[in-house]
Amino acid sequence: MLEALRNARFAAALTAIASVLLALVPFFSSGYIMSVFILLYANIALATAWSFFSGATRYISLATAAFFGIGIYVLAVAHVYVTVPLALAAAAVIGFLVALVVGLSTLRLRGVYFVVFTFGLTELVHQVLNWWEVKINHTVSRFIFTDVSNIAIYETLLFAALITIVGSWYVNQIRLGYALRAIGEDETVARHAGINTTRVKVICFALSASVMALVGAVLALRYPYVDASIAFNNTWSFQVLIAALLGGTGRAWGPAIGAIPLVLLSEFLAGTFPHHFSIALGLCFVVIVYFLPGGLTRLVLRLYHSWRLPQVKKAEAL
Amino acid sequence: MVLFEVFINGIILGGMYGLIALGLNLQYGVARILNLSYGEFFVSGAFTAFFTIMLWQYNPLLSLFVSLPIAFAVNWLIYQYLMIPLIRRAPDQDALDADVVLVTFGLFFVFQGLALVYWSGDLRGYTFLSTPVNFLGATIATNRLLAFLGACVIAGLLFLVLRHTRLGAALRAITIDPVAAGLVGIDVRRYSALAFAAGGALAAASGMLVSTFISFSATTGVAYTLKALIVVIMAGVGRVTGTLAAGILLGVVEALGGYLIDPALTIAINFGLFMLILLLRPTGLFTRA
Repeated sequence: MLEALRNARFAAALTAIASVLLALVPFFSSGYIMSVFILLYANIALATAWSFFSGATRYISLATAAFFGIGIYVLAVAHVYVTVPLALAAAAVIGFLVALVVGLSTLRLRGVYFVVFTFGLTELVHQVLNWWEVKINHTVSRFIFTDVSNIAIYETLLFAALITIVGSWYVNQIRLGYALRAIGEDETVARHAGINTTRVKVICFALSASVMALVGAVLALRYPYVDASIAFNNTWSFQVLIAALLGGTGRAWGPAIGAIPLVLLSEFLAGTFPHHFSIALGLCFVVIVYFLPGGLTRLVLRLYHSWRLPQVKKAEAL
Repeated sequence: MVLFEVFINGIILGGMYGLIALGLNLQYGVARILNLSYGEFFVSGAFTAFFTIMLWQYNPLLSLFVSLPIAFAVNWLIYQYLMIPLIRRAPDQDALDADVVLVTFGLFFVFQGLALVYWSGDLRGYTFLSTPVNFLGATIATNRLLAFLGACVIAGLLFLVLRHTRLGAALRAITIDPVAAGLVGIDVRRYSALAFAAGGALAAASGMLVSTFISFSATTGVAYTLKALIVVIMAGVGRVTGTLAAGILLGVVEALGGYLIDPALTIAINFGLFMLILLLRPTGLFTRA
């Protein structure tokens, strides 16, 4: 127990120091480095949010791009009328509400049906929005005019990523988190144990979706204009899923570990060899399933324990 | 009268959907493996036909002699060497499904990436049998009619094999209950591999037939995977014989919806129908509850 407390304090101190250092990065680095970090934080926040719901419940969602895109569009529409912070808040709220409606009607689908449904959802929203813009608004894209600096975007996304990790860790400690994991273990048993599974699932699904919408809205500040195919790009859904599974969904910090190599890989490959990036992404999927079922987290924890246990034994022997 | 023509066109279109979905239903229904890289075999069948007519100036139908055996062999290998280890280690169908979804998505990315590298992302197409004919009072192109007839013939053959041969009886037994099928002496793994491979070969065949009238590129595969999956879920997983009917229903709804509402919304109408069926009848239209 004391050991656990000490570990938790150590982790908290480490997180605090790391975040202060990271917050100072923009003042010492070039624009390029900053943009890589911005992409990294966005991916970390998305992967953590994905893992918070899908990792725990094993409902594999491919709707990340849908909520991300909704965030982008809410910002693109709202920033004309209200201030940017208000537009960001609106994105998070609308993402939450949409997920609430979607969740209530679909979370009784299991397994493959849910996967396909969420994939279809992105396409559906994409098509309907595109149609709406062309037919009703007679436009195909929207311009985004803001004077938000890159530094502000950087700090906002860093904060969003941190809050998502800490929040996901915190929820895992309380009743809601236990209920969520119980559903992932066996939904029928969870229901018999008195858990209102629908409520738990829908709330957590909506929480995770509101983070996705928020991240989309913040990233949209960097775009000069958006259209439906930029906003609802399915690559986001896949990349986020891979990042989370590569990192491992068992711990709150797992997806963040997975996002780092993936963002770097996409940064180096996607620009010059986009097709090879797609092949690498595909091989990642296969490698994870056959060789890394628990993700990098399990690997890290195993290494840590194999280093730690002999030390503990030595200390006990003394 | 225009409405009638739209209706006939919907049936022809739906026949094509049914054809594409037949192979997937063999893979998912019998072998219980949801192959999300299915559309890539469709695309490779289309590309083989394209190269056969454009590079070597042969009848594209001849390309089937190449693409069918290759697709069959590749799918057989996928089942034997990638799926069997997963089936062995999975504690239940849910866990297996999650693994299979990931691996076949991975294969989809790998195949599509390879296709983009070697065949480029350009839209391809060729003209073959594009003369219009009169069919029940509606004017349609011969190649579309050929694909429709191809769909009917393949579905009919499959029906005969499934209903009237020992092989068919074994496959149906596996569809209903793989464990019980094993208990009565059916080599479940061998027949599942066979069904999976045959499904892949059907994907290539449908790709060839459809490529005569719809242009395609290395990235169009996923759209057909999804459409096939919609049809399979509409028909009911494992309901091989209902697949063609479900495809035709989807085609008619899509054609009428596009005509009556807006052609730009066909995909939305597609997914709308799909979601409705998922929510109201998740076991499919042609299964007994």
